[in-house]
Amino acid sequence: MPGTPSIQRPTQHQFNPYSDNGGTILAIAGADFSIIAGDTRQSEGYNIQTRYAPKVFRLTDRAVLAVNGFAADGNMFVKKVKQRLEWYRHAHAKDMPLRAIARLIQTMLYAQRFFPYYVYNILGGIEEDGSGAVYSFDPVGSYERETCRAAGAAQSLVQPFLDNQVYFKNQVPPPGRAHPTHLPLRDVLDIVIDAFTSATERHIEVGDGLEMYIVLAKGRTLQGVEAAQEISARTDGERVFVLRRDLKKD
Amino acid sequence: MAVAAAAQTGFDFSSASRNAYLAERGVKLPNATSTGTTIVGCLFQDGIVLGADTRATAGPIVADKNCEKIHYVTESIRCCGAGTAADTEFVTALISSNMELHALSTGRKPRVVTAMTMLKQHLFRYQGHVGAALVLGGVDSTGAHLFTIHPHGSTDKLPYVTMGSGSLAAMAVFESKWQPNLSRQAAIDLVAEAIAAGIFNDLGSGSNIDVCVIAPEKTDMLRNYIMPNERVQKEKTYGFRRGTTAWTAEKIRSLIINEEVTQVGNEAMDTS
Amino acid sequence: MDHFPTNWGRPRNDAFDAYNTYPFHVRPDNGPRDAFADNVQRTQQPIVTGTSVLALKYKDGIMMAADCLASYGSLARFKDIQRLHEVGKFTVIGASGDMSDYQYLQTTLDELLISEEITAADGHSLGPVEIHEYLSRLMYGRRSRLNPLWNSILVGGVKDGKSFLAYVDLLGTTYSSSTLATGYGAYIAQPLLRKAVEGREMDIDENEARKIMTDCLRVLFYRDARSLNKYQIATVTDSGVAISPSMELGTQWGFAEGIRGYGAQTQ
Repeated sequence: MPGTPSIQRPTQHQFNPYSDNGGTILAIAGADFSIIAGDTRQSEGYNIQTRYAPKVFRLTDRAVLAVNGFAADGNMFVKKVKQRLEWYRHAHAKDMPLRAIARLIQTMLYAQRFFPYYVYNILGGIEEDGSGAVYSFDPVGSYERETCRAAGAAQSLVQPFLDNQVYFKNQVPPPGRAHPTHLPLRDVLDIVIDAFTSATERHIEVGDGLEMYIVLAKGRTLQGVEAAQEISARTDGERVFVLRRDLKKD
Repeated sequence: MAVAAAAQTGFDFSSASRNAYLAERGVKLPNATSTGTTIVGCLFQDGIVLGADTRATAGPIVADKNCEKIHYVTESIRCCGAGTAADTEFVTALISSNMELHALSTGRKPRVVTAMTMLKQHLFRYQGHVGAALVLGGVDSTGAHLFTIHPHGSTDKLPYVTMGSGSLAAMAVFESKWQPNLSRQAAIDLVAEAIAAGIFNDLGSGSNIDVCVIAPEKTDMLRNYIMPNERVQKEKTYGFRRGTTAWTAEKIRSLIINEEVTQVGNEAMDTS
Repeated sequence: MDHFPTNWGRPRNDAFDAYNTYPFHVRPDNGPRDAFADNVQRTQQPIVTGTSVLALKYKDGIMMAADCLASYGSLARFKDIQRLHEVGKFTVIGASGDMSDYQYLQTTLDELLISEEITAADGHSLGPVEIHEYLSRLMYGRRSRLNPLWNSILVGGVKDGKSFLAYVDLLGTTYSSSTLATGYGAYIAQPLLRKAVEGREMDIDENEARKIMTDCLRVLFYRDARSLNKYQIATVTDSGVAISPSMELGTQWGFAEGIRGYGAQTQ
């Protein structure tokens, strides 16, 4: 074309070691429990690879990790975290505390600073003081303790909903009353389910199935929650349960 | 300096070249809503069955959960559109109105090949920049015809066709089950199954199944023929207490306007 | 901050124009650069390739199928190639993608079997789960060294009464499902497989499974330009692995008789 300077340079076809496998995860902390959830669809482009690939994993009886992003990195990362926790168990004859797992994950992520795990992590569970906790990470290890966090494909749809419903952002409390600092388990579960059914409606990469992990502080029970499957190693400490729901498959 | 006068005729694509150049330099161009779609059509014993899903997307976000992708061209010619939503809507509307004018001037029922030729010439003229991928089907005096029209203007005439991101999933169904001289109901079922394959296996397609049956005597538009993806009930209701939204100032203004009418003079109106 | 990981870790470029202050035509070239790129050569594209592999779970175990073609670009170069391979007594793998990388994998797995089962002779044998784990670590390791084995592989098998079916590719991505397909098969055959199999894995006998498989292979032959009408089917059941000899697909082209042209032509 006349008048246009030629800016062609040789194109280099390079192997791209990353991919994005879609999906969304979220976690919400209560006063004495945590819920960590993720959908089970794994996709690449417009293709559904499988309708069931777990993104949420039990690490210990008081820690559950959700990983989202590039699935191969995610699975490898979970594998390595579990390995480090097992070494810790053999060395100290106890499970690693939640805040220590959070710091471990930070160092493990930052160790790969110049070839990062393309993974967003959310760690949920029970702290040593019995409180519910959520830690969220970026791919190179920057982390923060929060009350709730969404990550992944539909983060931009889910997080504003959580900000409004969990943090009561943009809501003025009734005169003379304050917003609660923690929500009860039943309400949190409802918010999680609605967050995922809504994300499924409006995001093409979210759907197929929903897995919700519930971590309860020592002594607290599942009161008011329908049959969730228990997967904790012991029943006399913190306990972990899974609850599964179908999501739309289109 | 004899060059300047030569290149004055024909179409001017400098805007397209400029946009490509800017895009290469990292300027974000606005992205249009695309109907990353499954659309299909197949021949049956008395005519054509067209089918479409109803999802429209903008990137990974669902822009419309129940859009209509089977467009009206004439009473017995319809056109499914995939690609840039605006292009499919405008190009079919344009050809629809030209077909009406053509019918009025010839005084005959318009033919499917006429619509096909108008569409392909329009698309070829725009060299693919009008991003419409179409499945055109209909019945006329020469019989039932089914075409696909690609964004650059090429066409295909086949007994069963698919288009859009779910075209492979839908075509797999046709390739394993289509046969000549299907009955009306068998053709509707097959088209619905092909669209369902797109809806459940292609992320660009989703929601409901639209079907359109074109036979010589009449055309039936079966909008939302199957709705396999209804949303489940929400766990909570999200009402907000009156006064939830914060405000900084309150001002109440009366919307009632009081007007005093003073009559000047007392002559009766001239109503003659 | 730049939130896209593929841009991270690149050598710092002081001429980088972070605030877009340069006019377009004098912007510095900030394309990806690597100090050693000129001195290392790796397999960065497949040469001789195989197309889709299909697999499904059924009542007796798993079934896997692939055609016999190895293409050289668009040339149908080798038309009697085996892309299904028996690994030990309980497992079958099937590969699409680069055939030389696949043959390297076959040798590696056979050597693994010799060292793990014959040399060790500890009474333990490798099942499909272990083979898949090994392969996925190998593939992920190679991608992490930016020197991938250019394949998508299905691993299927039955051991101790449990059937297993999973996928691994050049990125190290893994997943499993009751039906799987690689390459074009993921777009063309997988929808048919899911419709035929999902939810009724335990009701499908071998005959029905074979019919589903050949129907899918036929559609692939119609629609995938790099496929062939010669194929093999492997089954893994409690009684072991069986890979069929190559067989020919019956196809129908009758519908083409009536087609004239692509537009207004009638003759």
